[in-house]
Amino acid sequence: MPPVLELKGITKRFPGVLANDSIDLTLEEGQVVGLLGENGAGKSTLMNILYGLYNQDEGEIFVRGERAHIEEPNDAIALGIGMVHQHFMLVPVLTVTENVMLGMESTRRFGFLNRQVAARRIRDISDRYGLGVDPEAVIEDLPLGIQQRVEIIKLLYRSADILILDEPTAVLTPQEVSGLFEIIRSLVAQGKSVIFISHKLREVLEISNNIVVLRRGRVVGSTTPEESNERDLAAMMVGRDVILSVPKAAREPEQPVLRVENLYVRGDQDRMAVDGVTFEVWGGEIVGVAGVQGNGQTELVEVLTGLRKSDAGRVTVDGVDVTNAPPRKITEAGTAHIPEDRQRDGLVLAYPIMQNLILNTYYQPPIAKGIRIQEEPMRERAERLVNEYDVRTPSIFTPVGNLSGGNQQKVIVARELSNPVKLTIAAQPTRGLDVGSIEYIHTELVRKRDEGAAVFVVSAELDEVLSLADRILVMFEGRIMGIVPAKTATKEALGLMMAGIKSEGEATNKPDTRREA
Amino acid sequence: MNKEAHETDARASTEVPSDHDDAASDRNTGTEPTPRALTVHEPKPGCRSRLRTLLVPLLAIVTALIIGALVIVFTDTSVYAAFEEGFLQGIVQALVVIIRAYSAFYVGAFGDPGQILGALLSGDTTRIIRAVYPLTETLRTATPYIFAGLAVAVGFQGGLFNIGAEGQYFIAGLTTVFVGYALTGLPALIHLPLALLAGIVGGALWAAIPGYLKGKTGAHEVINTIMLNYIAFRFAEYMLDVGGPMARGDGRPVSPEIQPSAYLPRLFPGQIQVRLNAGFLLALLVAWGVWWLLFKTTIGYEIRTVGHNPRAAKYAGINVARNYVITMAISGGLAGLAASTDILGVLRFMPNAFHSGYGFDAIALALLGKSHPLGVVLASLLFGALRAGARNMQGIARVPIDITSILQGLIIVFIAAPEIIRLIYRVRQLPKGEEIDLTHGWG
Repeated sequence: MPPVLELKGITKRFPGVLANDSIDLTLEEGQVVGLLGENGAGKSTLMNILYGLYNQDEGEIFVRGERAHIEEPNDAIALGIGMVHQHFMLVPVLTVTENVMLGMESTRRFGFLNRQVAARRIRDISDRYGLGVDPEAVIEDLPLGIQQRVEIIKLLYRSADILILDEPTAVLTPQEVSGLFEIIRSLVAQGKSVIFISHKLREVLEISNNIVVLRRGRVVGSTTPEESNERDLAAMMVGRDVILSVPKAAREPEQPVLRVENLYVRGDQDRMAVDGVTFEVWGGEIVGVAGVQGNGQTELVEVLTGLRKSDAGRVTVDGVDVTNAPPRKITEAGTAHIPEDRQRDGLVLAYPIMQNLILNTYYQPPIAKGIRIQEEPMRERAERLVNEYDVRTPSIFTPVGNLSGGNQQKVIVARELSNPVKLTIAAQPTRGLDVGSIEYIHTELVRKRDEGAAVFVVSAELDEVLSLADRILVMFEGRIMGIVPAKTATKEALGLMMAGIKSEGEATNKPDTRREA
Repeated sequence: MNKEAHETDARASTEVPSDHDDAASDRNTGTEPTPRALTVHEPKPGCRSRLRTLLVPLLAIVTALIIGALVIVFTDTSVYAAFEEGFLQGIVQALVVIIRAYSAFYVGAFGDPGQILGALLSGDTTRIIRAVYPLTETLRTATPYIFAGLAVAVGFQGGLFNIGAEGQYFIAGLTTVFVGYALTGLPALIHLPLALLAGIVGGALWAAIPGYLKGKTGAHEVINTIMLNYIAFRFAEYMLDVGGPMARGDGRPVSPEIQPSAYLPRLFPGQIQVRLNAGFLLALLVAWGVWWLLFKTTIGYEIRTVGHNPRAAKYAGINVARNYVITMAISGGLAGLAASTDILGVLRFMPNAFHSGYGFDAIALALLGKSHPLGVVLASLLFGALRAGARNMQGIARVPIDITSILQGLIIVFIAAPEIIRLIYRVRQLPKGEEIDLTHGWG
């Protein structure tokens, strides 16, 4: 029997770049192919070709042994190819049934919608693959994990049997991830075939039958989970050996630097986004915040850095009260801030690197002399930091908008961490970065900790929090569900807390290595 | 193009933008308006990209002239008559009409080359000045354009769209002329700077109002500057109309003459018809000052950072609201100087019917000049030449003066919609970060 899907020599060129270079990929019926690669390796381009959003310049696609011509998504759908995008395409105010029906509504006479028929089919699909989705539920009431299942139902409803899942675990808690994996197993057991796109090595190893690794638009390796391991895959992905977890010596925390007491913050929807949190971050430790996105982490960081006002509570940095202080006062109290959205908050994309590097020091000597900005110190500083922090750029005059995400982040890290700081606040510091840059930024954060700074890291990646942090603080719906030492934390326990289930032990509000006075 | 492709090519060459997705360009679209062009010690950024930056405005002007020529031809009855005699005659007549119109235009803007050469050879100063008189008119006309254009450009740099330069011009006119006529017995050394200062302060305060409202309440400056324009117009009318507090009192709706001690000195005092005055030199000086302020000082850094990315500015600890007030005040002060130099250098009183249109042309100038002081000066010289040339074109070639408005309009359309020019001439779009985004802050 021919493979259900076969890509042969797919090549796609964009002006000045070869996005896909003669890629071969085979998917057998009832199997999962893990497509692994860093950002920009060409995974999405390849899948967009398969889904008809792009057309390949060279190469052929065979579906069930027959040459397929996929010009647009409708062609792909007709061939039974479906895709769940990273960002869900659901209408929040409609029900599951209405969302699934969109575009292919079943109607009664005179064009009236026939929801019952659709709902019955959805229930059938849900039962058959163990999806557990209620057809009458309204999308906005559903957690992201369930919304993703609705997306999968949409494909199955359209009789897709080749399912492309683009970074499906990015928004899920660990429990939801294992739920998704069960669904994938049930899908392939009943003859569906899945392409699972990810840059998370562990997940790809767990779920795939075959693994294809892309780098710079080429297939650099094709392997199976049995023949491979995380280290090999990472090396393949990056093209060199990679340190997977940051080596970190044990270190005694010194004294509290960041103190947050009973902090309440109203979010954009006028509900309490941060609902009475109290914690400390000590000098010489990294406290990581785990939690599914949207549970108050963003608002917490915004308040700590002066970008948002709190409703109640107190924040001090090294003894200085910075509650609702303007950002500059907080910076001058010794805080560095690596913002969550680097392009929107952390950089002026049009400015050259040189001018981005003075964003927090432009008004101080030696950069400023009176109201004049002095070119020489600005350039010297830029040259030094670009070398020191390994920013890959043609020159310090290159607009930051022209750099890759990893290099943009290095510009921010260089600017923020090159000053002597007592507290470093990093929100999603490695989001969307390649393995090499992640490694680099982790090393820098650990270095700050070893220098005695308090480091506060918010990340949606549980693995990142686990490998970086000394203590882990879990947030759920604006409250702290628990603060646990990283050494004893398990993914399962953290996952439960992230889902809002309170841990057994009391929260440790201070580092556990604290010496008794 | 999808995101992945761009990330790939960003990796392949860091010259390529890493992220073209719409969200990213929406939130941070502002781009450096070639400050590097003037920083001498920065030889690295390519000279080519600077030339390319100028390419679109130049092509826009050329295209406007071509379309303008067509309009001249189509509105000329002699061309229609010639076409009735035959196609060739028609074409010839069309060319004759175009050449006649545009050469009259050129002479009106820059002077007759033959006369200038003759005058230079004769070495007679009076003859030379007479020969270059059209050029002095171009420069004189350009003077208020430079100030008003700088005003709007500073606003753009700070992320503000100041449509109120016109109103600020009126208010500044009132304050200037008041100080000009009401204070007597002062030496020129004190009176003239005081009158100029009055214009700056009047314009700055008027403009600071919408700046404050935006910073404090988020009220959009476009709406508020437009509304303040109407208030300024009517206020000036009230002050200057017959019987008004600042009217001359002889039954004419104009202000009293200013004291000679407040006159901006004419550059050729011996030639009474040459109205070019020190205001032009002041304009060049101020343009340099604005450039220095914007690109060499912490104040300018703050203004531009707020203009490019207010969120990043806030993150950097810049007081965004205060910056809006400062930016608008500087902008209004510059618009005020347009009125001051017009009144102190040329008119020497303020008429009620003072409808200048500078404030609106200024928007075009800032766009044409890419919000850069040097660009604004060049654009203002162009507009000065267009205005001066048009007067002559009307007189000699009998082409309606309105053709200038059409040319200006076309130039602005092509600048504001550079895609048209790119499409016609197949000019490749510059990578993001090198191209200047002119419509930033219009939202």
